[in-house]
Amino acid sequence: MAEKKSLAKEFSKGLIKENPVLRLVLGTCPTLAVSTSVESAIGMGLAATVVLVCSNIVISAMRKVIPSKVRIPAYIVIIAGFVTLVQMLVKAFLPQIDEMLGVYLPLIVVNCIILGRAEAFASKNTVLYSAVDGVGMGVGFTAALLLMGGIRELLGAGSIAGFTVFPEAIPPMTIFVLAPGGFFVFGILIALANKVAERNGKPKAELKGCSACPMASTCSLVGSKEACKEETK
Amino acid sequence: MIKVFLAILLTGILTDNYILSKFLGICPFLGVSKKVNTAVGMSAAVIFVMVLATAVTYPINTLLVKNDMEYLQTIVFILVIAALVQLVEIILKKYMVALYNSLGIYLPLITTNCAVLGVVLLNVENGYTFGESIVSSLGAGVGFMVAMIMFAGVRERLEGADIPKSLQGLPITLVSASLVSMSFLGFTGLVDGIFG
Repeated sequence: MAEKKSLAKEFSKGLIKENPVLRLVLGTCPTLAVSTSVESAIGMGLAATVVLVCSNIVISAMRKVIPSKVRIPAYIVIIAGFVTLVQMLVKAFLPQIDEMLGVYLPLIVVNCIILGRAEAFASKNTVLYSAVDGVGMGVGFTAALLLMGGIRELLGAGSIAGFTVFPEAIPPMTIFVLAPGGFFVFGILIALANKVAERNGKPKAELKGCSACPMASTCSLVGSKEACKEETK
Repeated sequence: MIKVFLAILLTGILTDNYILSKFLGICPFLGVSKKVNTAVGMSAAVIFVMVLATAVTYPINTLLVKNDMEYLQTIVFILVIAALVQLVEIILKKYMVALYNSLGIYLPLITTNCAVLGVVLLNVENGYTFGESIVSSLGAGVGFMVAMIMFAGVRERLEGADIPKSLQGLPITLVSASLVSMSFLGFTGLVDGIFG
């Protein structure tokens, strides 16, 4: 019973409390790039979730075998392997999604969420928990992408998932599907998330600098006052 | 020939800026752009790694294509980049200490920087020749630098500004990034206009 309860906890923390995009501010590049429409947001979210769950499972199963000195390269190889699999599957069965995501599909390899979870969670926990953590984080990522994609598509193209919502008389604000709109909507969403968090007495989302970065342990920036500490202030 | 190179270079720097219109390399853009001098150091390291990674991956890619193994591109490229960054770090540490002190500290961050893998993958996707690939990486790197330095300037101004509480920190940074990115929209069509 106790185990069940904490499993649910591992799952739900990725959704709201530790939402990877809005609270931990990880994986910003794909979030901004593919949230131009609901469709591409779902495609990206699902692809990343599959990779995240699979890599979490494998990494946690192998956590005692991988020597800690070479763990980062080992994680990268495992993640890249799954990304290649997903890439081939998407290319074969969903060519439309492949076209929409373009170069961002292989770039899941360098998505900080995946390497970050491998380092922060899967390398320390059992397979079951890591899988649940992966599903939770993946769903949280997809939800945040969907939210952004929904807002940007609605304002920028006047439609949701391809169905026109606004009448012809209201011209869509194209800028929202372009790059500036992405930064703007993301900024406002984080501000809203901060507001909600503040009301509940939680700290606000901040780029955690080095502590959130999976490379922190190998990075010489950590010790240097010059860059890292300044940035994390 | 030179016209093509110039067009690719300008596209990378202005019209298709990697940070501001392709959203690649956002993490360092938001993380290391608080001060102009760290922004310069980071971008210099990025330019260096981008050009080097392209020079190394181009022949490897030719080999992969020849053997019908294009599907291995992602996994091979990320490993090559990771190994390359490590190697550069070791060499700099040993032989060029001054350069290591100014650039070296940024190197590990670059391994998982999507801009580097992105530029390599996009070069392949666009079917560039060796020369074109190098120029395009150079353009991407310089574009990265331009965006970083400009944004560091903007952020230094933000320090003293009076900002609503929930917007403080990251949100206002993103909103100002949106404005900087909007100014780059002005370059749309520039390259086609000049080199048409």
